[in-house]
Amino acid sequence: MNLTTAYASGRLTIYLAGELDHHEARETMRSILELLDEYLPRECVLDLAGLRFMDSSGIALIVRAGRRMQELQGRMWIENPSAQARRVIACSGLERLFQVAVIGG
Amino acid sequence: MNIRNYISIDFPSSSANEAFARAAAAAFAAQLDPTMEELGDIKTAVSEAVTNCIVHAYPSELGRIRLRLRILEEDTLDITVRDWGRGMADVKKAMEPLYTTGGEERSGMGFTIMQSFTDSLSVRSRPGKGTTVSMRRRIFRRSRGA
Repeated sequence: MNLTTAYASGRLTIYLAGELDHHEARETMRSILELLDEYLPRECVLDLAGLRFMDSSGIALIVRAGRRMQELQGRMWIENPSAQARRVIACSGLERLFQVAVIGG
Repeated sequence: MNIRNYISIDFPSSSANEAFARAAAAAFAAQLDPTMEELGDIKTAVSEAVTNCIVHAYPSELGRIRLRLRILEEDTLDITVRDWGRGMADVKKAMEPLYTTGGEERSGMGFTIMQSFTDSLSVRSRPGKGTTVSMRRRIFRRSRGA
Protein backbone atom coordinates (compact mmCIF):
# COMPACT_ATOMS: atom_id res chain seq x y z
CA MET A 1 0.00 0.00 0.00
CA ASN A 2 1.14 3.46 -0.86
CA LEU A 3 -0.46 6.67 0.42
CA THR A 4 -0.06 10.13 -1.04
CA THR A 5 -1.91 13.28 -0.05
CA ALA A 6 -3.06 16.63 -1.35
CA TYR A 7 -4.32 19.42 0.90
CA ALA A 8 -6.14 22.60 -0.11
CA SER A 9 -8.52 24.90 1.80
CA GLY A 10 -9.57 22.48 4.50
CA ARG A 11 -9.84 19.41 2.29
CA LEU A 12 -7.41 16.54 2.64
CA THR A 13 -7.39 14.04 -0.21
CA ILE A 14 -5.70 10.72 0.52
CA TYR A 15 -4.82 8.63 -2.54
CA LEU A 16 -4.58 4.90 -1.80
CA ALA A 17 -2.58 2.72 -4.18
CA GLY A 18 -1.99 -1.04 -4.08
CA GLU A 19 -4.02 -3.87 -2.57
CA LEU A 20 -6.02 -3.20 0.59
CA ASP A 21 -6.46 -6.44 2.50
CA HIS A 22 -6.08 -7.52 6.13
CA HIS A 23 -2.30 -7.72 5.72
CA GLU A 24 -2.10 -4.06 4.69
CA ALA A 25 -5.01 -2.66 6.71
CA ARG A 26 -3.46 -2.03 10.14
CA GLU A 27 -0.50 -0.02 8.90
CA THR A 28 -2.69 1.88 6.41
CA MET A 29 -5.23 2.71 9.13
CA ARG A 30 -2.53 4.00 11.41
CA SER A 31 -1.12 6.21 8.66
CA ILE A 32 -4.57 7.61 7.80
CA LEU A 33 -5.40 8.39 11.45
CA GLU A 34 -2.03 10.13 11.80
CA LEU A 35 -2.74 12.21 8.68
CA LEU A 36 -6.18 13.21 10.02
CA ASP A 37 -4.67 14.26 13.35
CA GLU A 38 -1.91 16.17 11.60
CA TYR A 39 -4.10 18.10 9.13
CA LEU A 40 -7.37 18.22 11.15
CA PRO A 41 -9.23 18.69 7.84
CA ARG A 42 -12.87 19.81 7.53
CA GLU A 43 -13.26 17.41 4.64
CA CYS A 44 -11.46 14.18 3.86
CA VAL A 45 -11.58 12.37 0.53
CA LEU A 46 -10.35 8.78 0.27
CA ASP A 47 -9.47 8.41 -3.41
CA LEU A 48 -9.44 4.71 -4.32
CA ALA A 49 -8.47 5.07 -7.99
CA GLY A 50 -5.08 3.41 -7.38
CA LEU A 51 -6.47 0.40 -5.50
CA ARG A 52 -6.08 -2.82 -7.48
CA PHE A 53 -7.97 -4.82 -4.85
CA MET A 54 -10.01 -4.25 -1.72
CA ASP A 55 -11.87 -6.67 0.57
CA SER A 56 -13.83 -6.22 3.82
CA SER A 57 -10.66 -5.01 5.55
CA GLY A 58 -11.12 -1.86 3.46
CA ILE A 59 -14.69 -1.48 4.74
CA ALA A 60 -13.45 -1.53 8.35
CA LEU A 61 -10.83 1.07 7.44
CA ILE A 62 -13.35 3.37 5.74
CA VAL A 63 -15.74 3.10 8.70
CA ARG A 64 -12.96 3.86 11.19
CA ALA A 65 -11.72 6.87 9.20
CA GLY A 66 -15.30 8.12 8.78
CA ARG A 67 -15.85 7.93 12.55
CA ARG A 68 -12.67 9.89 13.17
CA MET A 69 -13.84 12.58 10.75
CA GLN A 70 -17.16 12.73 12.61
CA GLU A 71 -15.27 13.21 15.87
CA LEU A 72 -13.42 16.06 14.17
CA GLN A 73 -16.81 17.44 13.09
CA GLY A 74 -15.82 17.02 9.47
CA ARG A 75 -17.08 15.05 6.51
CA MET A 76 -15.54 12.18 4.62
CA TRP A 77 -16.37 10.46 1.37
CA ILE A 78 -14.97 7.96 -1.12
CA GLU A 79 -13.99 8.78 -4.69
CA ASN A 80 -13.14 6.68 -7.76
CA PRO A 81 -13.52 3.11 -6.49
CA SER A 82 -12.78 0.39 -9.06
CA ALA A 83 -15.61 -1.90 -10.15
CA GLN A 84 -14.30 -4.54 -7.72
CA ALA A 85 -14.14 -2.11 -4.77
CA ARG A 86 -17.58 -0.78 -5.67
CA ARG A 87 -19.06 -4.29 -5.45
CA VAL A 88 -17.52 -4.81 -1.99
CA ILE A 89 -18.79 -1.41 -0.84
CA ALA A 90 -22.29 -2.09 -2.19
CA CYS A 91 -22.39 -5.51 -0.55
CA SER A 92 -21.35 -4.10 2.84
CA GLY A 93 -24.17 -1.55 2.97
CA LEU A 94 -21.53 1.05 3.74
CA GLU A 95 -23.39 3.90 2.07
CA ARG A 96 -26.62 3.07 3.87
CA LEU A 97 -25.23 2.25 7.30
CA PHE A 98 -22.50 4.81 7.68
CA GLN A 99 -23.57 7.65 5.41
CA VAL A 100 -20.37 7.44 3.41
CA ALA A 101 -20.92 8.84 -0.06
CA VAL A 102 -19.24 7.18 -3.02
CA ILE A 103 -18.46 9.43 -5.97
CA GLY A 104 -17.16 8.46 -9.40
CA GLY A 105 -15.46 5.24 -10.34
CA MET B 1 -19.40 -35.54 -10.15
CA ASN B 2 -16.99 -34.88 -12.96
CA ILE B 3 -13.86 -33.11 -11.70
CA ARG B 4 -12.07 -31.65 -14.68
CA ASN B 5 -9.11 -30.11 -12.93
CA TYR B 6 -7.97 -29.30 -9.41
CA ILE B 7 -5.20 -27.85 -7.29
CA SER B 8 -4.53 -27.96 -3.58
CA ILE B 9 -2.11 -25.66 -1.82
CA ASP B 10 -1.09 -25.69 1.84
CA PHE B 11 0.47 -22.59 3.34
CA PRO B 12 1.08 -21.09 6.80
CA SER B 13 -1.38 -18.54 8.19
CA SER B 14 0.90 -15.58 7.65
CA SER B 15 -1.06 -12.52 6.49
CA ALA B 16 1.40 -11.98 3.62
CA ASN B 17 -0.15 -15.12 2.09
CA GLU B 18 -3.56 -13.47 1.64
CA ALA B 19 -2.42 -11.83 -1.59
CA PHE B 20 -0.79 -15.08 -2.74
CA ALA B 21 -3.94 -17.13 -2.10
CA ARG B 22 -6.25 -14.87 -4.10
CA ALA B 23 -3.71 -14.56 -6.93
CA ALA B 24 -3.39 -18.37 -7.07
CA ALA B 25 -7.19 -18.72 -7.16
CA ALA B 26 -7.42 -16.17 -9.99
CA ALA B 27 -4.67 -17.91 -11.96
CA PHE B 28 -6.44 -21.28 -11.65
CA ALA B 29 -9.85 -19.80 -12.50
CA ALA B 30 -8.44 -18.17 -15.65
CA GLN B 31 -8.92 -21.44 -17.62
CA LEU B 32 -12.70 -20.90 -17.33
CA ASP B 33 -12.32 -17.61 -19.20
CA PRO B 34 -14.03 -15.50 -16.52
CA THR B 35 -14.96 -11.84 -16.93
CA MET B 36 -13.07 -9.22 -14.88
CA GLU B 37 -16.09 -9.05 -12.58
CA GLU B 38 -16.18 -12.82 -12.04
CA LEU B 39 -12.44 -12.85 -11.39
CA GLY B 40 -12.80 -9.98 -8.89
CA ASP B 41 -15.58 -11.85 -7.08
CA ILE B 42 -13.46 -15.03 -6.83
CA LYS B 43 -10.44 -13.12 -5.52
CA THR B 44 -12.57 -11.28 -2.97
CA ALA B 45 -14.31 -14.44 -1.70
CA VAL B 46 -10.96 -16.27 -1.34
CA SER B 47 -9.40 -13.28 0.39
CA GLU B 48 -12.23 -13.18 2.95
CA ALA B 49 -12.08 -16.92 3.65
CA VAL B 50 -8.30 -16.97 4.06
CA THR B 51 -8.35 -13.83 6.23
CA ASN B 52 -10.86 -15.53 8.55
CA CYS B 53 -8.40 -18.41 9.07
CA ILE B 54 -5.56 -16.01 9.83
CA VAL B 55 -7.55 -13.78 12.20
CA HIS B 56 -9.86 -16.28 13.90
CA ALA B 57 -8.58 -19.86 13.45
CA TYR B 58 -5.00 -19.08 14.43
CA PRO B 59 -5.19 -15.79 16.40
CA SER B 60 -1.88 -16.18 18.19
CA GLU B 61 0.06 -18.81 16.28
CA LEU B 62 0.89 -19.80 12.71
CA GLY B 63 -1.15 -22.75 11.52
CA ARG B 64 -1.85 -24.58 8.30
CA ILE B 65 -4.39 -23.37 5.74
CA ARG B 66 -5.42 -25.44 2.75
CA LEU B 67 -6.83 -23.84 -0.38
CA ARG B 68 -8.37 -26.33 -2.80
CA LEU B 69 -9.84 -25.33 -6.13
CA ARG B 70 -11.72 -27.68 -8.44
CA ILE B 71 -13.48 -27.28 -11.74
CA LEU B 72 -16.68 -29.28 -11.67
CA GLU B 73 -18.55 -30.31 -14.79
CA GLU B 74 -18.18 -27.69 -17.48
CA ASP B 75 -18.16 -24.39 -15.74
CA THR B 76 -18.34 -24.46 -11.95
CA LEU B 77 -15.47 -23.40 -9.72
CA ASP B 78 -15.48 -25.13 -6.35
CA ILE B 79 -13.40 -23.35 -3.69
CA THR B 80 -12.58 -24.91 -0.32
CA VAL B 81 -10.62 -23.13 2.40
CA ARG B 82 -9.81 -25.32 5.36
CA ASP B 83 -7.97 -24.83 8.63
CA TRP B 84 -7.24 -26.94 11.69
CA GLY B 85 -7.52 -24.07 14.15
CA ARG B 86 -9.87 -22.99 16.91
CA GLY B 87 -13.17 -23.53 15.15
CA MET B 88 -16.49 -21.93 16.02
CA ALA B 89 -19.24 -23.08 18.39
CA ASP B 90 -21.91 -20.97 16.70
CA VAL B 91 -21.48 -20.79 12.91
CA LYS B 92 -24.86 -19.10 12.43
CA LYS B 93 -23.89 -16.25 14.74
CA ALA B 94 -20.49 -15.83 13.07
CA MET B 95 -22.18 -15.48 9.69
CA GLU B 96 -24.47 -12.62 10.74
CA PRO B 97 -23.69 -9.34 8.98
CA LEU B 98 -21.61 -6.95 11.11
CA TYR B 99 -20.96 -9.61 13.78
CA THR B 100 -17.27 -9.86 14.55
CA THR B 101 -14.99 -10.83 17.40
CA GLY B 102 -12.10 -9.12 15.60
CA GLY B 103 -12.48 -5.61 17.03
CA GLU B 104 -12.57 -2.41 15.02
CA GLU B 105 -10.03 -3.67 12.50
CA ARG B 106 -12.66 -6.05 11.18
CA SER B 107 -15.97 -5.10 9.58
CA GLY B 108 -17.94 -8.29 10.27
CA MET B 109 -18.82 -8.46 6.57
CA GLY B 110 -16.59 -11.37 5.50
CA PHE B 111 -19.24 -14.11 5.31
CA THR B 112 -21.77 -11.68 3.81
CA ILE B 113 -19.32 -10.91 1.00
CA MET B 114 -18.50 -14.61 0.46
CA GLN B 115 -22.23 -15.33 0.30
CA SER B 116 -23.09 -12.63 -2.20
CA PHE B 117 -20.03 -13.14 -4.41
CA THR B 118 -20.62 -16.89 -4.88
CA ASP B 119 -23.60 -19.07 -5.80
CA SER B 120 -23.39 -21.24 -2.70
CA LEU B 121 -21.55 -21.16 0.60
CA SER B 122 -21.34 -23.81 3.28
CA VAL B 123 -19.44 -23.61 6.53
CA ARG B 124 -18.62 -26.54 8.79
CA SER B 125 -16.80 -25.98 12.05
CA ARG B 126 -15.99 -27.76 15.30
CA PRO B 127 -14.45 -25.98 18.29
CA GLY B 128 -10.86 -27.06 18.69
CA LYS B 129 -10.87 -28.97 15.39
CA GLY B 130 -11.08 -26.35 12.66
CA THR B 131 -13.29 -24.93 9.97
CA THR B 132 -14.05 -25.76 6.35
CA VAL B 133 -15.58 -23.14 4.07
CA SER B 134 -16.87 -24.35 0.70
CA MET B 135 -18.00 -22.03 -2.04
CA ARG B 136 -19.19 -22.61 -5.59
CA ARG B 137 -19.33 -20.14 -8.41
CA ARG B 138 -20.58 -20.82 -11.89
CA ILE B 139 -18.55 -19.11 -14.61
CA PHE B 140 -20.56 -18.44 -17.72
CA ARG B 141 -18.74 -19.51 -20.85
CA ARG B 142 -18.92 -16.58 -23.23
CA SER B 143 -17.00 -18.21 -26.06
CA ARG B 144 -18.73 -21.58 -25.99
CA GLY B 145 -20.35 -22.45 -29.30
CA ALA B 146 -19.01 -19.30 -30.88
